[in-house]
Amino acid sequence: MRREPVLRVVGKLLIPYTLLFALYVQFHGDFGPGGGFQAGVIAASAIIFYALIFGLPAARRLVPDAVVETMGALGALIYLGVGFAGLALGGNFLDYFVLDADPVAGQHRGIFWVEIGVLVTVAGVMLKIFYMFAGRGHGLDER
Amino acid sequence: MTFAHLPALEVVVPLAAAPVAVLLRRAGPAWAVATAAFTFSFVAALLLAAEVAANGPISYHFGSWPPPWGIEYRVDALSAFVLVLVSGVAAAVVPYSWHSVAAELPRDQAYLFYAMYCLCGAGLLGMTVTGDAFNLFVFMEIASLSSYVLIALGRDRRALLAAYQYLILGTIGATFFVIGVGLLYLMTGTLNMADIAARLPPLAGSRPVLAALAFITVGVSLKLALFPLHFWLPNAYAYAPSSATALLAATATKVSVYVLLRFYFGIFGLQLVIDSLMPQILLVLSLVAIASASLVALWQSDLKRLFAWSSVAQIGYIMLGVSMASPEGLTAAVVHLFNHGITKGALFLLAGGIALRAGSTAMSCLHGLGRRIPLTSLGIVIAGLSLIGVPGTAGFVSKWYLVLGAIEAGRWWLAGFVVATSLIAVAYVWRFVEAAYLDEPGKAAPEPEEVPRAMLVPALAMATACVVFGLYTSWTVGAAQRAAGLLLGGSP
Amino acid sequence: MSFASHYSYWVTVLLMVAGLYIVIARGNLIKKLVGLSIFQTSVYLLYIAPGKLIGGTAPIVSDLFKVYSNPLPHVLILTAIVVGIATIALGLAIVVRIREAYNSIEEDEILQADQGADRGAGA
Repeated sequence: MRREPVLRVVGKLLIPYTLLFALYVQFHGDFGPGGGFQAGVIAASAIIFYALIFGLPAARRLVPDAVVETMGALGALIYLGVGFAGLALGGNFLDYFVLDADPVAGQHRGIFWVEIGVLVTVAGVMLKIFYMFAGRGHGLDER
Repeated sequence: MTFAHLPALEVVVPLAAAPVAVLLRRAGPAWAVATAAFTFSFVAALLLAAEVAANGPISYHFGSWPPPWGIEYRVDALSAFVLVLVSGVAAAVVPYSWHSVAAELPRDQAYLFYAMYCLCGAGLLGMTVTGDAFNLFVFMEIASLSSYVLIALGRDRRALLAAYQYLILGTIGATFFVIGVGLLYLMTGTLNMADIAARLPPLAGSRPVLAALAFITVGVSLKLALFPLHFWLPNAYAYAPSSATALLAATATKVSVYVLLRFYFGIFGLQLVIDSLMPQILLVLSLVAIASASLVALWQSDLKRLFAWSSVAQIGYIMLGVSMASPEGLTAAVVHLFNHGITKGALFLLAGGIALRAGSTAMSCLHGLGRRIPLTSLGIVIAGLSLIGVPGTAGFVSKWYLVLGAIEAGRWWLAGFVVATSLIAVAYVWRFVEAAYLDEPGKAAPEPEEVPRAMLVPALAMATACVVFGLYTSWTVGAAQRAAGLLLGGSP
Repeated sequence: MSFASHYSYWVTVLLMVAGLYIVIARGNLIKKLVGLSIFQTSVYLLYIAPGKLIGGTAPIVSDLFKVYSNPLPHVLILTAIVVGIATIALGLAIVVRIREAYNSIEEDEILQADQGADRGAGA
């Protein structure tokens, strides 16, 4: 597919905007439909789109396997880290009130970081699923 | 971390151990993290149980949102008891799994096994301690999905199909459960279990509530492998890696029984359960489960499958206690939940030792094991006696209370049935004893060599626990009686 | 109780039963997963449809509106959707491994292969 000029050009035009849209959906989850999971899937779909057009090895060079697996675990740890931060600052687990002097700002901050964690994990897991399925049986799978 | 946060940390520490194990990427550090996490959880569970016994139920508000708006973790007599069982078994199986996993899984996948193990344990602990119905569904799915992975990691290719069948049936079960919770939410407007229980009495006769009861029963019965929804269990337990089988057999179905008890008596209430004819239905199903599964266990050609069918029968005993819906019946159910957990945990741990030394657990490979691995075989005999219900073992205590509950309800035939089916258990435990002690080992048998100490100590500890809790029953029976009183008497 | 006023519930039941039928009646492992997915989708509808209140707007606080739809079912179903995706992904991964081990994804062929192996090994 990488020889098709239309796909290549449209792909290179669309992929950055898709990633930007993923970030938009991520940060506007407070005010409209969106949030971490949706943004993570959109971000992963941008990379998957790249892999479909330019091939799996190219995508693997862009986002290596180690990075993808780390992303999956790291996001979960960010989420739990926000929970532990609530504990360390004197509240219950996953307390957002204590994260800032103003409780409402603390809520914003807590939700912000929790959604970042979700974004990282979901994008990582979606990419990992794609790598595992697409790389199977073609000698491109490293396991 | 202060004591006040233990209910949350109980679940969060194993949950956090899972991504840490993935990041560490090597089997040794991952195993160490898992061991540390579950040791912490076990100690925390013991502390929580002591606190609840002294001062009554503990309520923990996540994010400081008060219930019913926020998610509440509630530790009371019943959930503390189950917490101790689950975290104890999880903590005992991790040291065991160091050798077992090394023998049964490829080296580079071992860290993923430990990550899934942590997730499964965290999910089961979360199911036990949560006080929010949808949160329970989420943890149920965390535990179930990780157990599908644990089963699929088995050596035999039939493990894959077993995991797939368990996935389909387990997901249908969880979805039925969530439909039931959805109907309850639509009727009462809340998801907090205590709040639903408070709001349900005026709505008790309405059709959505009865439908919710039915959906939740079927959904949870799929998870706890009550006849006729038990078909996934024998394959899943037989082909999974030994540590996974030990963890799942000892805890997964027990936590599902806990969920059923919590919903039946803590939320729907005794009167609604009796009006809906559930006790009669459960009675019939558990009788068929006990009789048919015990008989099928007699004809099995593989030791792990035999124990798996025996599990189906023992779950029938637990559900028999639940169907009595009386203080003695529920005491019997809760006590057997614990006793069967440690008995089956011990049996599957020891069977894993046999798999390590004899290469497989097929009955044809068991000849002369009594001489080759004497301690392991002795452990199986002790735990087998507990399975039968010989006086002096934990199994006897549970059967005693079952018979007591049956006599209390005036059903003498039921008491006789419990005793008679225990004789079938004698028959299938005898098959092992005969093969291990009375048969000559095959000509190609290797030198006698006991299983590694790391595998032997947890397994024998659990087998010894079967005897200890059979002789010193005050803690288990006392906790079960308190739990039964809590379920039947007051609010959850 | 007319069909029109309970439209969403009828669709829920239809999807639920269709999904369950596919899981039970189809022997192809991937078709079973598709049925499972349809079954789970019906549950999403069961939760979300009653959440919309008549005259309710999106649940974002504003001075212009008095009646808001219930946001809680949406949160619950987001979680349920993620759980459903994880289940389907895991199921498909297991099917890929089964395909590699048995060279088939039809349940009856796989069961036949297992029974043949059982008889052959005498286990």
